[in-house]
Amino acid sequence: MSRLSLSLSLLVILGGAALLAVLNLAAPPSSAFHVSTYVVSLAGKYLCFAILALALDLVWGFAGILSLGHAAFFALGGYAMGMYLMRQIGTRGVYGNAVLPDFMVFLNWQELPWYWMGFDNPGFAILMALAVPGVLALVFGWLAFRSRVSGVYLSIITQALTYALLLAFFRNDMGFGGNNGLTDFKDIVGLDLHLDSTRSGLLLLTAAVLALQLMVARFLVTSRFGKVLIAVRDTESRTRFLGYRPERYKLFVFVLSAVMCGIGGALYVPQIGIINPSEFSPANSIEAVIWVAVGGRGTLIGAILGAILVNFGKTIFTGILPELWLFALGALFILVTLLLPNGVLGLFARRKPEKSQ
Amino acid sequence: MNFLRTCLVLILLTAPAMAQSEDAFTGLGSNDFDAIGAAITALALSGDKQASPTIHAIHDETLYAAPDGSLLIKADAGYVDARTGAPVADVVEDDLIAVRVNNKVRRAVDAALGSLDLFAATPDIRRKAAAAVFLSRDPAILPALAKAIAGETNDSVRVVIRQAQAASQLANPDATEAEQLAAVAIIRAKGGLEAQSLLGSLRDQTPAVANAAGEALTALARLQQLWSLVQSVIYGLSLGSVLLLAAAGLAITFGVMGVINMAHGEMVMIGAYTTFVVQEVIRARAPWLFEASLFIAVPLAFLVSGGIGIVIERGLIRFLYGRPLETLLATWGLSLVLQQAVRSLFGANNRDVGTPKWMSGATEWGGVTVTYNRLTIVVFAVLVLAALLAVLRYTALGLRMRAVTQNRRMAAAMGIRTPWIDALTFGLGSGIAGMAGVALSQIDNVSPNLGQGYIIDSFMVVVFGGVGNLWGTVVSALTLGIVNKFLEPIAGAVLGKILVLVLLILFIQRKPRGMFPLKGRAVEQ
Repeated sequence: MSRLSLSLSLLVILGGAALLAVLNLAAPPSSAFHVSTYVVSLAGKYLCFAILALALDLVWGFAGILSLGHAAFFALGGYAMGMYLMRQIGTRGVYGNAVLPDFMVFLNWQELPWYWMGFDNPGFAILMALAVPGVLALVFGWLAFRSRVSGVYLSIITQALTYALLLAFFRNDMGFGGNNGLTDFKDIVGLDLHLDSTRSGLLLLTAAVLALQLMVARFLVTSRFGKVLIAVRDTESRTRFLGYRPERYKLFVFVLSAVMCGIGGALYVPQIGIINPSEFSPANSIEAVIWVAVGGRGTLIGAILGAILVNFGKTIFTGILPELWLFALGALFILVTLLLPNGVLGLFARRKPEKSQ
Repeated sequence: MNFLRTCLVLILLTAPAMAQSEDAFTGLGSNDFDAIGAAITALALSGDKQASPTIHAIHDETLYAAPDGSLLIKADAGYVDARTGAPVADVVEDDLIAVRVNNKVRRAVDAALGSLDLFAATPDIRRKAAAAVFLSRDPAILPALAKAIAGETNDSVRVVIRQAQAASQLANPDATEAEQLAAVAIIRAKGGLEAQSLLGSLRDQTPAVANAAGEALTALARLQQLWSLVQSVIYGLSLGSVLLLAAAGLAITFGVMGVINMAHGEMVMIGAYTTFVVQEVIRARAPWLFEASLFIAVPLAFLVSGGIGIVIERGLIRFLYGRPLETLLATWGLSLVLQQAVRSLFGANNRDVGTPKWMSGATEWGGVTVTYNRLTIVVFAVLVLAALLAVLRYTALGLRMRAVTQNRRMAAAMGIRTPWIDALTFGLGSGIAGMAGVALSQIDNVSPNLGQGYIIDSFMVVVFGGVGNLWGTVVSALTLGIVNKFLEPIAGAVLGKILVLVLLILFIQRKPRGMFPLKGRAVEQ
């Protein structure tokens, strides 16, 4: 990835988001240039998914860790933000309880569980959106990489991890709203979530975060650290024999990636308006992998491109032919792995095919 | 001729009874509640064939005493003489006095009704009556019970009546301590929840009886615990055999071939749908074959899923050998396509797969209940596994499969067509998944998502047992099943499953190659 293409993609991300926001707010609804709030929210959603894809590309494309549970970190970040938004509802809920969210009143709970404490503070909620996925990734990664679980085995246990979380969050007595999750949000840091300006602001914020993450990721993979990471991906044993500690490199990048996902999830929830356990479903994580594969694994920009392309396709497809979407997605999986090992970007840059683990 | 003889016997039997029971019937017309109660009890014991309608009449409050001492039952069409059962004409209703009933009389009636059935002709009714007495524990029935025991010809019914007698004896204030101790012993031998609640209520008795009851209670509770342990093990084995069925095919494709087939669950799902189609055809064309539908479905499911497996191997997986992560993604895509295809063909709703009669119902072994469908699945899993082992071990195909997996190039050099062996091995694994689908159609919802629910569990089983080791798969499936069922009562079903997943994730950290890892060079591939 050259410096030029990086600047270009940053420009496209930030410029595109700014353009959408301006056209949404400044152009009158009657104008041909007006962009509806629906499109703004949709763009925001795509950019959140792009954050997830970018984070996944960092671990899969550069460290060879195929995580099939990355959406779990995304969803955990989302739940942290959702809890903040829930607390913001206050007395405007159906039951009008100032402290307890509606579903707790419904379950006849008398007081807020300890793990909900502090979530009325946006700063704390953001911190948790970073810390919870980070700590989970730290513990999980430390256990897994230390005992050299790698390749397919790691993929399967990451899948089991997100599956276990899925089952856990479905339980009502976990205190996260069970099946229905958290929804019906009113406002964020005092701004009404239903206002166009808030939506556009969130889109701009997401674009900025994505741009920042792209720069960080790019800095990381071009640094000396990134070279070791690529060495670990290509031949882990040889890197170890050269005196490096692959597990430390993998752990660092895994935790960083989880934190990036957490931020993505935290930005996703206010724009979508709901977070529920289905975000943990293993299928979501695997779908995120295909975004990366479509765009081009190990290219960073490709991951972002893939996430936007596939989700755009999904929006179009599920609108016109909902039955065919799974056929299309399935075919995409098969065709990309068979015919496009380097993704869409691989079509442009004729690189030597990498040997995968 | 037979009929006449029966009549004669009946007349001979009832004639003396009628003479005796003259007193009993008379007592019913008395003004004294105690006398009425005593009369009811005596009547129930008399064996008089009019005893039952008369006591029922008291129960329904339709028994009247006439001034001449006769007793009349008010029926839909006029009055009937209680003693003879013959209709009575010209009754002066104003002269009739209803037989008086208070709570004490009602108790006597209830007891009498219970004891009447003790003398019924069918053993089942007698057994039920005794069981009812066991619960009502009325000392008033004791004489009836004694008489019933003496006259009982069926051994198993006699045991039940004895237990009822023991229960009533414990409620009898006049019983001696020795009698009550004997009763406690009988109830201890009976066991079960009813016996436990009865023994638990004996704290007010004399110290000796209360002590004996306490001891019996602890013994029964221990027994109960033992049985629930056995029950957990049996449920665990049942769940384990389901896991084994789902994972056995994966043990071949993933374990032996090293192919990550995320569409494995869909092979199971296709097997279940094959069962559905077979049953639909049978229902439409040959309903008499329904009981055998599963026997037809099993080989068909093997062929259908196996055939699709071979197509998948030839069309997709062979291009991806040596790239496990890509295989994983491509087969995941394939699983989405297959799910959607089935959804388009059969609809998104659950399909109704019937259970043959011989698989429905349950049996009791001691204190545990085992349903026949679970039992069948355990047997089926054992058979499938045995067949699989036999194929791998004794057939030419199995020999070639083992040769190819152990040393592909050497096998090729020996003239084995390795690409075809790959395809057939994959077909075998998929076919077994299809057969698992037939079994799962009996216990799970047949829907396009059927397979997805098993894919993670199946991979866990194979990884836990150790890749490339069929026996490891067996041990791990049964272990996971039993651990799951032991955790369920402690932690609840969902939390138990989560715990098992977490334990597995931790276990894989300790032993990344499973419980029974392969040793030697194959490991470092």
